[in-house]
Amino acid sequence: MYEAIAFYLFSALTLGMFSVTVLSKNALYSMSALAGGMIFISGFFFLLDAEFLGVVQIIVYSGAVMALYAFGMMFFDTTQEVREKTECKKTLYTLSLFSAVLIVLIVAAPIMGANIEATYPMSAELGNVQTIGLVLFTKYLVPFELAAVMLLVAMISGIILVSKRLDHSITLHDEDPKEEAL
Amino acid sequence: MITLTHYLVVAGAMFAIGLVGIMRRKNLLMLFFSTEILLNAANVGFAAVSKFYGDITGQIFAFFIIAVAASEVAVGLGLLVLWYKRTGSIDLDSLQIMKG
Repeated sequence: MYEAIAFYLFSALTLGMFSVTVLSKNALYSMSALAGGMIFISGFFFLLDAEFLGVVQIIVYSGAVMALYAFGMMFFDTTQEVREKTECKKTLYTLSLFSAVLIVLIVAAPIMGANIEATYPMSAELGNVQTIGLVLFTKYLVPFELAAVMLLVAMISGIILVSKRLDHSITLHDEDPKEEAL
Repeated sequence: MITLTHYLVVAGAMFAIGLVGIMRRKNLLMLFFSTEILLNAANVGFAAVSKFYGDITGQIFAFFIIAVAASEVAVGLGLLVLWYKRTGSIDLDSLQIMKG
């Protein structure tokens, strides 16, 4: 009973927040609504006995990613009007059709995958965090290290892209790169 | 009783909202927000399958998705700042420079 109430509450709040994110004209409103939606998604994770994932969701999304968006928005003129017109109706209808088929596939997926067996089952005596640590550092060690390298590359590229000569284009003025190298 | 299908329906609805955002917004920042919504919908689906099949692999892949989303934001926002410095616009149509 408690689970049902929490599930319906969280789903209504998450879908509402994400609708505000998508439909709002103001970028600041939609960023705040997105941060709220992330918090409610972590509520889903706590409900699904994935405590570590919920905590990571709060820290990474609501903390790091949203702070990055907030600082990134300081570079933009967010009050600027962006024309929201759609000319190619055909593309829109085709994409809508594809997404409808996708929804059907997502909903029908449990029927197709009814005979899935657990490869790395959750044990009862270990907690969620211990199980994740065990599996992540044994079976998924190589993807974990690759993810670390990917994050390092992303951090370096973010620093290079944003902080190098902010007032000067690094791609438009390629004709005189000699004097800049010094 | 909440079953796996409930969670997957909610994840599908979230994914649909993200797709609507990608299809109808012309603001590039909104496209990034919609991408976050899509990735989060996938995360909810993974966590739900992980719980109802008793398998930890879904949560592990949700972690990798979170890592991918974090690096996507870092690189994408850097590129967007650079683009705004060049053109003074975050309109999606300003990217159409190869119009034939």
